[in-house]
Amino acid sequence: MEIPYIVDEREDTGLINSKLGIWIFLASEVMLFGGLFSAYVFLRMAAPPGDFAHWGAELNVPLATLNTLVLITSSVTMVMSWASLKLKDFEKYKIYMALTLLCAAIFLVVKYFEYTAKFHHDIFPSSSTFMAIYFTLTGLHGLHIIGGMIVITYLWMPFGNKIWHTNPEHFTNRVEVIGLYWHFVDLVWIFLFPVLYLI
Amino acid sequence: MSDHDTVSIQEHIRVYLTVFGALAVLTVTTVLASYLDISTSEAIFLALVIASVKGSLVAGYFMHLISEKATITWILMMTALFFFVLMFLPLMSITDQVNI
Repeated sequence: MEIPYIVDEREDTGLINSKLGIWIFLASEVMLFGGLFSAYVFLRMAAPPGDFAHWGAELNVPLATLNTLVLITSSVTMVMSWASLKLKDFEKYKIYMALTLLCAAIFLVVKYFEYTAKFHHDIFPSSSTFMAIYFTLTGLHGLHIIGGMIVITYLWMPFGNKIWHTNPEHFTNRVEVIGLYWHFVDLVWIFLFPVLYLI
Repeated sequence: MSDHDTVSIQEHIRVYLTVFGALAVLTVTTVLASYLDISTSEAIFLALVIASVKGSLVAGYFMHLISEKATITWILMMTALFFFVLMFLPLMSITDQVNI
């Protein structure tokens, strides 16, 4: 059975269904992370003066800066993979998607080292309200990275991208949709980085 | 694909690379700004302004919001409204103190 409006736009929305769907999903994601950012503000306001700055100083700014640059790079490689499909260059698409996966893996490895360094210094989510919200926010963000990697891997593997050969426009739209998700994950990190590490 | 489409995508690619450069520079800027000798509230304001500029670049160019359909703009305007409500909820704690 053919899925309707995945290549042709609906007249009423002016969009393909998958794009409308991902934007509504992303709106719900804004509320999910928004609730946690709101909790961060609440906890910071209620904490003793200097408490958040004290615990924030335990975090590794150079590693987080590196991770920010890695995630920004992954956003560019993701959008370049979509542009490659638009230019009908499937080989370049595969290279850019592989680079996106590589960046995502580097991000998680760096995060692993950050977490384990904290654990070795006996710093856990239960250590302070700052650490509780730090591990919650970065942990949830990390889960989003893993979720994105699963879909990117699927679209990179031959069984996931075989639709390119029969319906290239449909496949290009799929890549655009995962791209929108991936840029959102990058967007969340752009705010997490200064809020947790710098201020 | 017509030659016009190809030129248009190649133009897009140039924009993506420019935005990438801007994001990298702004990332370094936000780290350097955190070492400035300013008050906490000024530091928070500065960090959030830079993060908002970076976020707008990602949303506008990588997510194509700058040229997206009105349906999505409306969804996001509603999202932004509820997001700001969420952000201002903690302020209620200032006006609703329980004295023990």
